[in-house]
Amino acid sequence: MELFSRKSRGGRRAATVAAVAVSVALLATGCAAGGSTDGGTDSAGGGGDNTMAFLPKQLNNPYTDVVLGGGEDGAKEAGFTSQVLGPLEASASAQIPFIEQATQEGSKVIVIAANDPDAVGPSLQTAREAGAKIVAFDSDTNPDYRDIFISQVVAKDVALIQLEIISEQIGGAGDIAILSATATATNQNEWIKYMEEELASNPDYKDIKLVAKVYGDDDADKSFQETQGLLSSYPDLKGIISPTTVGIAAAAKYLSTSDYKGKVALTGLGLPNEMREFVKDGTVKEFALWDPAQLGYVAAFAGKALVDGTITGAEGDTFDAGDLGEITVGEGGVAIVGPPTRFNADNIDDYDF
Amino acid sequence: MSIDTARPPVHTDHGGPLHAVRGFFRSREIPVAGALIALVIITTLINPRFLSPQSVKDLMLNATIVIILAVGQALVIITENVDLSIGSILGLVAFGTGSLFNAWPGVPIPLVFLAGMLFGAVLGAINGFLVTAAKVPALVITLGTMYIFRGILTSWAGSKQYFSGDNPKAFGNLSVDVFLGIPIITIVAIVVVIAVGIFMHSVRAGRDLYAIGSDRDAARLFGIAVGPRVLAAFIASGALTGLAGVLYTSRYNSVGALTGSGLELDVVAAVVVGGVAISGGTGTVFGAAIGAVLLSTITSSLTATRVDKFWQQAFVGMLILAAIIVDRAVSVRNARKLRVSESRDV
Repeated sequence: MELFSRKSRGGRRAATVAAVAVSVALLATGCAAGGSTDGGTDSAGGGGDNTMAFLPKQLNNPYTDVVLGGGEDGAKEAGFTSQVLGPLEASASAQIPFIEQATQEGSKVIVIAANDPDAVGPSLQTAREAGAKIVAFDSDTNPDYRDIFISQVVAKDVALIQLEIISEQIGGAGDIAILSATATATNQNEWIKYMEEELASNPDYKDIKLVAKVYGDDDADKSFQETQGLLSSYPDLKGIISPTTVGIAAAAKYLSTSDYKGKVALTGLGLPNEMREFVKDGTVKEFALWDPAQLGYVAAFAGKALVDGTITGAEGDTFDAGDLGEITVGEGGVAIVGPPTRFNADNIDDYDF
Repeated sequence: MSIDTARPPVHTDHGGPLHAVRGFFRSREIPVAGALIALVIITTLINPRFLSPQSVKDLMLNATIVIILAVGQALVIITENVDLSIGSILGLVAFGTGSLFNAWPGVPIPLVFLAGMLFGAVLGAINGFLVTAAKVPALVITLGTMYIFRGILTSWAGSKQYFSGDNPKAFGNLSVDVFLGIPIITIVAIVVVIAVGIFMHSVRAGRDLYAIGSDRDAARLFGIAVGPRVLAAFIASGALTGLAGVLYTSRYNSVGALTGSGLELDVVAAVVVGGVAISGGTGTVFGAAIGAVLLSTITSSLTATRVDKFWQQAFVGMLILAAIIVDRAVSVRNARKLRVSESRDV
């Protein structure tokens, strides 16, 4: 293709100018709009004495927004101003510039959900040397780089509640399958491992057989097709567990519009707003999750306790977590917020996330 | 069947039905369709439930949106351009559809489709305008607009998502309801394929697109309005992507900032596998549509036969390479035949 017109007539030149103008205008809108989120300073703050910086895995994620909402409430109650800093894409290195920014602005506490446990290490180390306390939440960093890790729930509880629900729904016997996210996701594999162990050891589940584990990569389309594949490959399938919000919603959407609706049970970890429709139309009876807002809320109070010097993040430390009472730090500097919650037709309207 | 302008008519001396038969077997759609049929047969032998009514319906539904996107993309690729921004356009239209239902719950559904296609056409027109006026390869322009459109969507949507429960039931049912056993949205896609196929085969403006893709300068010398035709191809592709975006909202459970990202490469792959040469000027929208069905069926078939899904991408890659090698072999052979027939004419 030619780069320049050989016959440059007036009309063409005008068109070229207009084309450039359009692209500049587009870029300007794109940048201006992107700027408000990309640079990511959401609320007041920007350094100073009592600032707490929240660094989620990525911005614009519905789940993250609820966690951060709780975090901002918690920070306010704990007497901190908060700011949210974060990348638009959940990649290992994307958080580093934001950690550096928080350090330069003199944040007292950095609350981080790490995209990679080690990649953020050196910059967190620098932040600590500058006097910041590091609270990891949602997804842990390497324990060397943080003071405390706030975990929403005990991994084993998450696994067991899903088995309990599916067992209730299929009457304690039959074939089940798991629709997971990616084959490499640490948390997914941990839950699946606990489920397999429980199925093998608990006599209540002796008639339940796990026939397949498939991976929908947290992509709506792939999860859709994997669900179809499960149902067409395993005629006797009684239930599906999907421990991922994208997976369970895609599977529910498929089931609700297929012949299998009501014949195959579905449960897992889902967001109430995403699952409401399917709980109301009977495709899904019950699913589980934790209340993500509590996670941010407790993380904020943990930050305050670290700054005040009431805890160091050692096992056995206790700190006050506002409305949620007193929280005890467990082994490895991990504090657990609470048990998972079950969502069903009776209570789903009480939640908005 | 073959409507390939780059390929000169050969063996005209045979004429008659024999020529038609030969043309049929030489057309690039046939190997793709053959591969599709073989795939379905083999999968069914391994897992008979692959052809159960529910499964057949799923296969058609899975292919529908990609078919429509592939038809639009084929129009653009035939003119020796490419549109990499369709994933972002689809995302914008899908989120726009969700927003429209949110703002005006009682909006008539035909109006939603019209608005979606118009929105897509406007975005396609931006691409087409930049490509024809700036005279920079479409690959670069649409790579740019892909990011710009996605950036606009990201800031517009933020973390907001619209769920299928937010839309009217009748709208969601569109992607489930069947007519004579065929899902309604699949019928829409088939109508699109046939209409665009006839246009490309028999209408002057459609033939012009092939001429432009074969040799832009020759087309210009011949008096074809190259700029407006290419612009029209981008607008048509945008409108079809808009249609696909509305259907996406109907079929899937949520639309948000990330909707449709990465889709563009799947669609280009489908078009290329379907025998539309990336160098322009050859191929048909029927081929592109069959390519789309083949790629979406491979995914379902590997899932149904429980083949490790890591193989799936390798499989698609092999098909693309095979399509390109076949394409190259055909054009080398045609070039040789062309030389022979020209020397005979002298």
